[in-house]
Amino acid sequence: MAILIDQTKRVLVQGITGREGMARAKLMTEYGTQVVAGVTPGRGGERVEDVPVYDTVLEAWEQVGPLDVSVLFIPAPLVKSAALEAIDAGVKLLVIVPDRVPIYDVLSIAARAQAVGARFIGPNTLGVLSPGKAVLGMMGGRASAAKSWFIPGPVGISSRSGGITSSMAYYLAREGIGATTLVHVGGDAVVGMPHPDVMLEFERDPETQAVVMFGEIGTSQEERVADLIEAGAFTKPLIACIGGKAARQGTRFSHAGAIVEGGRGTYEGKVERLREVGATVVDSFMDLPAATKAVLAKMG
Amino acid sequence: MARLHEYQGKQQLAKEGVLTPRGAAATTPDAARAIAAEIGRPVMVKAQVWVTGRAGLGAIRKAATPDEAALIAETLLGQRIKNLTVTEVLVEEQLDIAREFYAGVIVDDRAQAPLVIFSSVGGTGIEEIAVAHPDKVARTHVDIERGFLDYQARDLVRRTGISGKLQSELGDLLVRLYQVARGCEARSAEINPLVLTAEGKLVAADCRITVDDYAVFRHPELGIEIAREYDRPPTRLEKIAYAVEAQDYRGTFYFIQMAEGFQRGEGYIGFHGAGGGGSMMSMDALLRQGFKVATFVDTSGNPPASKVYRAAKIVLAVGPIDGYFSSGSGVASQEQFYSARGFFKAFLEAQVEVPIVVRLGGNGEDRAVEILEGLNGRIPAPVEGYKKDDSPDFCVQRLAALIGEQAEKRESGKAERRESEKAKRREGEKAGERSSETLYTFLSPTGTVTLDHALCATCASKVCVEACARRILALDAEGLPVLAITPEEAQKGRCVECLACEVDCLLYGAGGGHVDLPIAGLDA
Repeated sequence: MAILIDQTKRVLVQGITGREGMARAKLMTEYGTQVVAGVTPGRGGERVEDVPVYDTVLEAWEQVGPLDVSVLFIPAPLVKSAALEAIDAGVKLLVIVPDRVPIYDVLSIAARAQAVGARFIGPNTLGVLSPGKAVLGMMGGRASAAKSWFIPGPVGISSRSGGITSSMAYYLAREGIGATTLVHVGGDAVVGMPHPDVMLEFERDPETQAVVMFGEIGTSQEERVADLIEAGAFTKPLIACIGGKAARQGTRFSHAGAIVEGGRGTYEGKVERLREVGATVVDSFMDLPAATKAVLAKMG
Repeated sequence: MARLHEYQGKQQLAKEGVLTPRGAAATTPDAARAIAAEIGRPVMVKAQVWVTGRAGLGAIRKAATPDEAALIAETLLGQRIKNLTVTEVLVEEQLDIAREFYAGVIVDDRAQAPLVIFSSVGGTGIEEIAVAHPDKVARTHVDIERGFLDYQARDLVRRTGISGKLQSELGDLLVRLYQVARGCEARSAEINPLVLTAEGKLVAADCRITVDDYAVFRHPELGIEIAREYDRPPTRLEKIAYAVEAQDYRGTFYFIQMAEGFQRGEGYIGFHGAGGGGSMMSMDALLRQGFKVATFVDTSGNPPASKVYRAAKIVLAVGPIDGYFSSGSGVASQEQFYSARGFFKAFLEAQVEVPIVVRLGGNGEDRAVEILEGLNGRIPAPVEGYKKDDSPDFCVQRLAALIGEQAEKRESGKAERRESEKAKRREGEKAGERSSETLYTFLSPTGTVTLDHALCATCASKVCVEACARRILALDAEGLPVLAITPEEAQKGRCVECLACEVDCLLYGAGGGHVDLPIAGLDA
């Protein structure tokens, strides 16, 4: 098993005729993802690597049948419209790759998604990859590279940094530790599926035995994962590393941020809170493989 | 995040019908005097800088007369407050304060919705008040589609124990504040204090608005020059870098200048990362070994080679660095040879003399390192490329070793310099050979591609055709490379500026290709 994506899911690519869309549609297919259709307004009737292109998402749905996932390679200012189009057509999982999507656009997407029970990963995400099964987005790049870097295994991976997601999986694989699924939750302040949501997915996945998480300063995602552990909603061993220890603290400008966060968001706060609930937190990224190995060994 | 000055925020509030004190911004003492005279009563003179606790820092002062206002303005203007130089003061009427409140709107990442906060107690220390007296602070999320409705606003105020006419008036004001926040796409918008005057009017005595960086492009009316959060004004290079990023949506380019006015030998490194997490990790490796960083740069998200080139050129303009270090997460999903070509072109043009270490792990890493190391012998600097199995710490050690070796060599002679001059001459000769009749040119999205057909005629490999990312070149009847698509298509984006027709051509062909990529403000 895996979470979010495997080879059975039927995938749409929005923006399939663009620079990224075209390249990634090909790579996703080569890795094993079922890319069944693409959409670019005004380009209906074309084909990209044998994938039929339609003008609208509804047209694609009518022509090729139900779509489980849509991956968006769309310039940021146009993302809101494209995402709402996919949600309204009935797609239940979106992967929003581009960065610089205006935050109020993300809020609009989130509101519509919540209303109809759809979910989205990103924006500003490298994507999701289940080793040996399928990939959404840009994760891993070339299929041959992705196949050699990432191996199936018992660990779930969730990260707020894209590059770190694949590095983490690679350095773990080098130690013989494979993964169920790699998730880059996205680098922006508001993302569709933050760490806590991903943890709940891994909790439900029988093959995931432990989770490796890369967090960063800012937002309350990691603290909320700790809350889940404390509440017994997430019960699998967690090995974490928090980035941004040396980052210069920005001058705080807003009181509202402080009122809402109530001291959450700092490096020390996150590490302390995670340790408090029993998570393994390493100081350096390069220590993750050894720590994960130790945790898995203890589980037997 | 892009922040508005107090007076700019108040202009936004006034547009939505929120009362603000009478006044205006001044950049000179004379202007301050004139504004105070116009107001005709005691005024406040407030330094317009993005810091909290201005009153405690002496950045907000009372003036009884226009002359006193001018005097205070003279002291404040040009003064440095926490890294920021005061260039404007706000001169406005003093309020007769009966009561203070707090009102704020912030985007709440957890609920994925705007959050409106109201406190029946305002002023300094609002964070502590919120902790100590939760009953005085009420908050509610806003449905982004329906907006913030009047009854919701009034109920929010009611929950803090305020009733009657004041409740209605505060409710009305909160709706307007939300509209301001929504209208200018604010990450946060606050009025603290919100003042009830002795005459019974609600007036916004201060205003802090932070606009979403990603939305700045659709708000030219806000006049935000650079949509990035700095704790000081942006430097010349930061402005240049920002313009590059703003004009090219492909991939991400983030640039912070960390040092200025340093000298060679002080250990400053031009740091150029890829990806947020990987860049932090790599910068830490530099700092651990005692280096200092002159720049913090991130080019990621599969940027075109042209963007990496421009980033590197801007880094090289930062000053006399002791070395250039580039490293990301180490296992990049993007094809690394694009970045390698960007580096190659920048380092070649700048004829870099200080050691260069680039960790290019990930897709296409073998090809990337081969391209990069092709620089050796073409520039004075030693260049080393590394891959995903080489740790950031190891790569920094290599950089340190190269810097050490170079220092020794510098002691022992000028051999290298002579080598470099030879290389420069070679480049010069090549350029000199170009005659305009044989030049084939077309526009790329952000530059101009030139193929010198005189040289192409002598080229056995025609590597440009094969190596072109989008295969937009083909050989014509005479066997010379030309566009296989229309020039318009190339300019509109079919040419992805992969730089193969320049860099691979130089390395494996006859060297007839050149891509001119101007950088506004940097090119003299």
